[in-house]
Amino acid sequence: MMSVEDEVIVIGAGIAGRMAALAAARRGASVRVISHKESTLAHASGLIDILGYHEDDPVSSPYATIKKLPPGHPYSHVGSDGVRTAMDCFDRVTTSYCGGHTDSNALVPTIGGRLKPTARYPESVAPGLASRPVDTLLIGFETMPDFHAPATALTLERIGVPFDVRGETIRFPVELRPDAGRTRLARALATDEPVDGGGCRSALAARIAPVLGDAGRVGLPAVLGDGTTDGIRESLADHLGVAVFEIPTGPPSLLGHRLKAELTDALQAAAVRIETGNPVVGHNATDNRIDAVLVQRSGDAVPYAADRFVLATGGLVGRGLRADRTTVTEPIFNCHISHPSDRYDWSEPEAFGDHHFARFGVRIDEFFRPLEDSGAPTFRNLHAAGAVLGGADPAAEKSASGISIATGYHAGRVAAEGAT
Amino acid sequence: MTREQYVKPTTDEPPGRRDLRPGADSCYKCSTCDVHCPVAEVDGDFPGPKFQGPEQWRLRRKEGSLIDPSISACSNCMRCDAACPAEVPLSQQHNTARAAYVDESVPRWSRTYWRNKLLANYGRLARFGALTPRLSNLLMSNRALRWGLARLLGITEQRSFPRFTPQTFRSWWQERGGAAIEHPEKRIAYFHGDYANYNTPAVGKALVRVFEHYGYEVAVPEQRCSGTPMFANGMLADAARAAQVNVESFSELVEAGYDVICSCTSCSMALRQEYPELFGLDGIETLADHTYEAMEYLRIHEDLQADLSEARHDRASLAYHAPCHARNQGLAGQPIELFAAVEGIDVTDVGESCSGISGTYGWKTERYDTSMAIGEEMFEEMEAAPGETGLTECPTCAMQMEHGTGYPVRHPLELVADALLDDSA
Repeated sequence: MMSVEDEVIVIGAGIAGRMAALAAARRGASVRVISHKESTLAHASGLIDILGYHEDDPVSSPYATIKKLPPGHPYSHVGSDGVRTAMDCFDRVTTSYCGGHTDSNALVPTIGGRLKPTARYPESVAPGLASRPVDTLLIGFETMPDFHAPATALTLERIGVPFDVRGETIRFPVELRPDAGRTRLARALATDEPVDGGGCRSALAARIAPVLGDAGRVGLPAVLGDGTTDGIRESLADHLGVAVFEIPTGPPSLLGHRLKAELTDALQAAAVRIETGNPVVGHNATDNRIDAVLVQRSGDAVPYAADRFVLATGGLVGRGLRADRTTVTEPIFNCHISHPSDRYDWSEPEAFGDHHFARFGVRIDEFFRPLEDSGAPTFRNLHAAGAVLGGADPAAEKSASGISIATGYHAGRVAAEGAT
Repeated sequence: MTREQYVKPTTDEPPGRRDLRPGADSCYKCSTCDVHCPVAEVDGDFPGPKFQGPEQWRLRRKEGSLIDPSISACSNCMRCDAACPAEVPLSQQHNTARAAYVDESVPRWSRTYWRNKLLANYGRLARFGALTPRLSNLLMSNRALRWGLARLLGITEQRSFPRFTPQTFRSWWQERGGAAIEHPEKRIAYFHGDYANYNTPAVGKALVRVFEHYGYEVAVPEQRCSGTPMFANGMLADAARAAQVNVESFSELVEAGYDVICSCTSCSMALRQEYPELFGLDGIETLADHTYEAMEYLRIHEDLQADLSEARHDRASLAYHAPCHARNQGLAGQPIELFAAVEGIDVTDVGESCSGISGTYGWKTERYDTSMAIGEEMFEEMEAAPGETGLTECPTCAMQMEHGTGYPVRHPLELVADALLDDSA
């Protein structure tokens, strides 16, 4: 049937899937990415964490701390040097990220007034790092109720940041409904929409100027442009005479959206084909080897053939894993997911307890191949990467994007090299 | 759709299809849909798909509450469906909420109702228009008439109406004596819809020629509009009537072994997704399971890619826009892949933006500016791409592309026919 045939097929278009595709394509493989829906990158902060916390303590040097992680953690298959190689690739294919100059984590203020230890951050976030002792003004908008700048400033002050910080709430210069979407603000700034005879960038600066005081930098929620922040920050900074930075927001996150766009550009440059819209529903295999994955198109399950496959469908949120009241499954290849048989053992009573469910996922060997309960690879030519992997608690460790980049890159590399 | 139907799931329907409760419950408010909504990006008053879907549904539980009018600013591009990571049936919720809104809050005597009714039932008008194409074209470009339509009904004067062709697709089909090829198994039933019939028969002819080239027996059964403009205007009763005709007509052929092929990606979207979501008609699921877009079908069943890689075409540079509805069916990259191999053809993808016209949406005076603001990114990308010709599967995206850039716009099937067949040049 279908004439589609590639060397490597990657299932899933999140960070892991995209890095796997890039790593494989850079080794000369013809690569296709199949994604059922748009990725969950709009949930992503846009910060790239390798390892932010270890045993409840903030991590200053992620590469050194990786070595302390237990066997079975996704990083244990990559190793500290392996993470470094993958991050080098990430740094090469993206254009707007900072932090690669050092092995240490940076501390980025969040909209909740916490400091997040992170390895890479967009350049629009850079002037706001907490390590810079510059007095800071945070600006919130009346139409954006989930960021209250004075409260955030107060929280930052209480945790003892080494600078003065104030918060002010102002009106966005363009007339908006009470909780207008972030993309609407971003677009107004991106197109410098006309207001009262001028552009909305200078109108915004004019509203910030009276409350600027002695602040040496101004932080705004990350809405400074929909595609890139080109020109917007600079224009505000010119008007105000101080540096302007973005504060990462929760979902929907324009920083996550921009990260997706950057990786899409990189995939296009690497001639990777991306197909979004139909689910992979199964596979054909002979003798422990997958011949094709099946893509649902109307009533047909259309085979897409390849030599090797990378499973990067995400965890429970991205629907790469499914859970009902009795079992947790990986729906495409039925990879083994180890979990307690009693679902009351899946979680702990405390909200932030050491939940078992957080570590649910596929276990892999040194070639990133999912393993059966017996320890044998499920398929010779299937590799897995990203949030579908078990053995880590990315939310507690702040390691999600690092794990996706590292395992994605190496799973893609192994797939292209045909190391199996 | 009556209030009763919207509020209470019809329990005699298969579970999970028409019952909107599970979908509303599975929304965890991540707002990813809002980030992907092209209307929310340019219209600061539009509350976004999350509000229009799960939230309007929930607010409506309260006795006496009405659907918020902002539902009529949704363009039905269905981007939110593709964005949702939690399988919330957003467009289904929007379609039903819109119908409930029209039912309870848009008076039957209002200008808006009649304007929308007219736009939604374009096919009915086109049937008369096509009887005297030259007169119709003359009338439709008449400035006094356009002025009147704008003032009386709120149909924008900014756009030019699509022209009727001297001969409709169906009349051409009859004149040539129907199918030129018979085959006991390779059989397709062509859903041409109204636009390919009345306005762009060249697309329908290209489809017939390409499928016959591959040895398929083509049938062109009785049909009406797919219903897409009716969903988008909250005229679900009209859509149900059209769907009934189509489902009956095509189901018979599906049972006889035919697959259903569309050349318009909004038509295929309607048959595949909206029909089973919105209507409980016999055979509707089977029809959905046998419906495909033309090139998608040939890629599955024939080696279209390989054949095109041996094909040749006069030098042409085209700027391709993937319609949102094509994107949701996993077809966005298809023409790029297919034509990459054809010698002479150079196709540039103009990116992920929405064209902004969304069928009848951009024809409404009060939506025209929003429509053009959404389209701006596409216009810029088209102008930056090599060549001065557009390429797309959707007839109204094509109108918008032409309106914003002045480029002529072709359908990928026409290019496939040009490349594969000597006689169609």
